[in-house]
Amino acid sequence: MSGQPTGRLRRLAETARAPVTIRVDGVPVTALAGDTVLVAVLAAGRVLRQADFGGGDRAGFCLMGACQDCWMWTAAGERLRACTTPVAAGMDLATQTPGEDTWPAHA
Amino acid sequence: MAGPRVIIIGAGPAGVRAAETLVAAGLVPTVIDEGQRAGGQVYRRPPAGFTRPAAQVYGADAAKAQALHARFDALAIDYRPETLAWAVRDQTLHIARDGVAEALPFDALILATGATDRLAPVAGWTLPGCYSLGGAQIALKAQACSIGARPVFVGTGPLLYLVAWQYVKAGVAVAAVLDTAPRGAQLRALPDLMLRPGLLARGLAMQVRLRAAGVTMAQGVTPLAIAGAHEVTGLRYRTAAGVERTIAGDAVAMGFHLRPETQLADLAGCPFVFDEALQQWRPEADRDGRTPRAGVYVAGDGLRILGADAAEVSGQLAARAVMADAGIASNARETARLYTRKARLERFARGLATAFPWPAQMAAATPDAVMVCRCEGITAGDLRDVAGDKNAPELNRAKALSRIGMGRCQGRFCGPAAAEILAAARGVPLRDVGRLRSAAPVKPLPMATRTAPTTEPDA
Repeated sequence: MSGQPTGRLRRLAETARAPVTIRVDGVPVTALAGDTVLVAVLAAGRVLRQADFGGGDRAGFCLMGACQDCWMWTAAGERLRACTTPVAAGMDLATQTPGEDTWPAHA
Repeated sequence: MAGPRVIIIGAGPAGVRAAETLVAAGLVPTVIDEGQRAGGQVYRRPPAGFTRPAAQVYGADAAKAQALHARFDALAIDYRPETLAWAVRDQTLHIARDGVAEALPFDALILATGATDRLAPVAGWTLPGCYSLGGAQIALKAQACSIGARPVFVGTGPLLYLVAWQYVKAGVAVAAVLDTAPRGAQLRALPDLMLRPGLLARGLAMQVRLRAAGVTMAQGVTPLAIAGAHEVTGLRYRTAAGVERTIAGDAVAMGFHLRPETQLADLAGCPFVFDEALQQWRPEADRDGRTPRAGVYVAGDGLRILGADAAEVSGQLAARAVMADAGIASNARETARLYTRKARLERFARGLATAFPWPAQMAAATPDAVMVCRCEGITAGDLRDVAGDKNAPELNRAKALSRIGMGRCQGRFCGPAAAEILAAARGVPLRDVGRLRSAAPVKPLPMATRTAPTTEPDA
């Protein structure tokens, strides 16, 4: 659809906060200080992660740390729960589950 | 010798009022909170740096929210924010923060763990753009975001209308508010709801204003499917008159009232009872919140879904019970006043349960192909197979055979519907299929979690 903004979540207020730059799938994304990772990713994009047992894209669900359907991976191989993790400058996040070759050693 | 070691889990209305009551008696409780700041979900505070006035964030409840925050901020206690309480065993609470685990022995434990949305699966509910109703509210309240440009609200409960109205007030073009409760249900509930005329008037006014704002409103609907191939494009539903309709929208907020968070009470060994009015299990407790398990108390929605005002009352009662059991006196007249207030709020909550009933038949009739378990993709058909061919008589057997409730949410979101599907397949009442047993950790911990250096008690 033409004219549709790329972000799933719409910012309605509180947009004067300091910008924070992160990377999502290698692309720089500007978030705002105080965003959760979930909001930072979905205010700019449409998808957060892939379902673990097939079934496609996911974009979070409960936003209160209960459903665990917003886990993301960092480039360093760490896993975080996007809805309860505050965004921090320099975060490098992936919306895809790492493949076996990149599976973190400590998981 | 210091007073009893009291730990409160949760810093919503119940936890805050429990802490305040204990502090007034000279005790210094430890408060464990998963949130960044006290307030719980209902009075959740936006992160530092957000500037909307309280009236904009909490609407008509702004004064209550601010009062609760002020009460908490004035307390000299051991407050542990962003901390998960993940197990209870042998009078010891296990917590974790930032990947560091710690064991806290206690004499008394007050569980004020609150509630989460009560969900039933609808085809397509895992599509990006579908959120729980509570999640839709958190997006707005704590992050000043909407879940989409044109959200559809579906489900039932007072929160359905409240969140939709909050979205409209924030300037969002809400497409529809579709209530599964039948048209006559609200009317039948009036005698109980009249106990709080102000709140009832607010609820009714909200429905009028939503309609006036051009929002499609319907009662007695059956959601059939969330439309969309890769993300939400709308909702297909059947009206009370039996007509199929599709309403377009880029997001869906869905919830069917609330369910108590009871995992820690279960791990603490508390017995449970089946609440016929709400058709759900909850920890057994006396009117003070005292469970049959010595030293364990439950307060707020984590005991029974009565709402924020009742949570403030039951938090105070649980703290008074802790004090009474430790031989610390409290004002009996004030306790009696709290009982009276609680009884009134219980009747009002019964009215809400009548007005917005859990759609048991809809959940029981979930089509075979629909994914019930979001975590591991287990369908209603998979569940019926273990109920039939594999002869699972109750939920924990069904869990062992199908993995329903074994995923990362630990049955929080599939459990209510899974119980209905199993009960219907077995032809037994809901209570006969039991409830999913809780397992530690109650939420996933990072594999790298390490143990904190041991501290000497009373050091």
